[in-house]
Amino acid sequence: MSDAVWILGTSMTRFGRYPELDAVDLASRACMDALADGGVTIHDMDVMGAGTLFQAQSGMGQRVQKQIGQTGIPVFNVTNACATGATALRTVYLSIKAGEAQMGLAFGVEQMGKMGLLRGGSKAEEKVFEPSGRYGAVTGVDGILGTETMPGVFAQAGMEYACDYDGVGFEQFARVAYKNHQHSTLNPLAQYRKEFSMEEIMGSPVQSYPNTLLMCCPTGDGAAAAVLVSEERLRSMPDEVQKRAVKISASVLTSDPWVESGQVQPDVNTLTRNAAAQAYEAAGVGPEDLDLVELHDCFATAELIHYDNLGLCERGGAGEFIDSGGPFRDGRTPVNVSGGLISKGHPIGATGVANVYEVTTHLRGEAGDRQIEGAKVGLTHVIGLGSACGIHILERAAA
Amino acid sequence: MTEESSESAEIPALLPIVDYLRLGDDPHLEASECTGCQARYFDRRNACAKCGKDEFRPVRVADDATLRSFSIVYRAAPGIPVPYVSAIVKTDDGTSVRANVVGLEDPMTAELGMRLRFTTFSCGTDDNGTDCVAFGYAAA
Repeated sequence: MSDAVWILGTSMTRFGRYPELDAVDLASRACMDALADGGVTIHDMDVMGAGTLFQAQSGMGQRVQKQIGQTGIPVFNVTNACATGATALRTVYLSIKAGEAQMGLAFGVEQMGKMGLLRGGSKAEEKVFEPSGRYGAVTGVDGILGTETMPGVFAQAGMEYACDYDGVGFEQFARVAYKNHQHSTLNPLAQYRKEFSMEEIMGSPVQSYPNTLLMCCPTGDGAAAAVLVSEERLRSMPDEVQKRAVKISASVLTSDPWVESGQVQPDVNTLTRNAAAQAYEAAGVGPEDLDLVELHDCFATAELIHYDNLGLCERGGAGEFIDSGGPFRDGRTPVNVSGGLISKGHPIGATGVANVYEVTTHLRGEAGDRQIEGAKVGLTHVIGLGSACGIHILERAAA
Repeated sequence: MTEESSESAEIPALLPIVDYLRLGDDPHLEASECTGCQARYFDRRNACAKCGKDEFRPVRVADDATLRSFSIVYRAAPGIPVPYVSAIVKTDDGTSVRANVVGLEDPMTAELGMRLRFTTFSCGTDDNGTDCVAFGYAAA
C-alpha cells in the first residue's frame, strides 16, 4: 500500500466582506463544511493545522476548536505570509506522512475588511533624524528610495521580465486581468463576479504602472479548509467516499535562495521554479499534463511571470502564451478558472487552502458552471513575499 | 557619520537617509562585500547569505547604471508625493540598487534599459536643522 495522502473533504466560504462575523466564525464554517464534505467529524481528527497572517498570535487553531470541538489534538498555528494556508496544509500532510496521524484538518482564514494598500509606510515628519534599523535609515524610505508597496513591488517583478523578454507589456498584463475577471463570473464563491473590457481594465486608475486598479487583488474576508487522510485509512472507507477522494501527488514548500538582486527586489521566480521542479518530480507529471492551474495572481504582473516559472510556456514565452489564449478556460492550460486572487479575492491566510478547494472540486467533477471537463490533474501555487512558495499537485482518484 | 564632524556649527549638518549612502565631496553608495564570494550587501550583516563567510570589506558602488525594472507609483501611503518612478537599477559593476528615477518631466518617459547616473538630493530638515540627504538616479 502506498503512503500517499489524500484529500477527503474540503470547503471554502465565499470570499468577500463579513463585518458581522469574525475570523473564528469564518474558519469554523469552513472547517465544519469540510468535515461534513468528507463524512467525518472533528472527533476523527488526529491533528490540526491553522493558518492566519494578521491574527497569527491569537491561537487561531485553539479558538476554532473551542467553537467546533475541543478534543485535545495537537494544533500547529502557522504563518508564512501569503503562503500561510499552503503551509498549514503541508503541516497536516507531513504529520500524516510521518505516521503520527491518520487524519487531520487544515484551514486558512483571514479577516482584512477594507485594509486598502498593503505595505508602504506613511510619511511621518521626524522631529530629530536618528539612524535606526539594519540600514541606519533616519526616516521612512518608501517613496524616496523606490517603493515598498505591494502593487509596486510586483509591478517591478513583471517589468523585469519585460526587460528580459520580448512581447511583454502593458497589454499582456492587462489581458491577465481580463481573463480572471471573465472567469470569475462563473464562480459563485468569488468576491467579484463582473466582466470588464480591456479598455476598462487599462483605463482604470493606475496604482503602480503597469498595474491598474482592476489588475490588483482586493482585500477581503474568508476561510477555506481541507480534511486530509492517509491512504491506509482511506482504503477502509466505503467505495463512494474513496471515489471522491483526491490524491496529493506532491506537496512542496520552498524559500528564496540567494540571488544578487534579492536584497532590493524580492525574487519570486527562483523559489517558484525550484518548487515546480520538485513537485513535477515527486508527482511524476509535467506541466503538459496539467488540466488546470490555480496560481498566485496577487497582481496581473505576477501571474504572467509564473506561466514561465511553472513551465506552462516556453522560457520567455509568457507574453505569447496569454496572447494566444493559452491560460483561458478553453485554452491549452486553464489558469485561475476560479477568477484568481484578482477577482475571487485574497483573504491572505485562506488563499493557499482555497486554491486546493478549487482544484479538488474540478477533479471531482463538481465545479458546476465553471467545471473544466474531464480534469484529472491540477496544480496549486502560492507565493508569500519574504519569501515562501507552496505548490501542491492533485490527482483524481482512479475510476 | 564622520563626514559632517568637520563642518562648522553655522552650516546645517547633513545626514544620509541610510548609512550605505556616503556623503562628503564625492557622494556615493558603499556596500559590504563578502571577502569569500564578493556578494554585496547594504544592511548590517551577521554573515554572507550566499556562502556563509562572516568577513566583509567596504566597497564603493559604481555611479553609472542601467534601468532594469521600474514602476510608476500613483498610489502610496498618505504624505508620500506621487507619482514617482520606483526603480531597480543595475550599476556598471553589477550591483542591484533600489531607488527612484529622478528628474524626469514625464514619468511615462522612463524606459527599460535607459542609462542612468547616481545623484543626491535633499529630502527634509529636522528640528535641529539637520538636512537629510537621499539618493536617486537621473537619466545620463
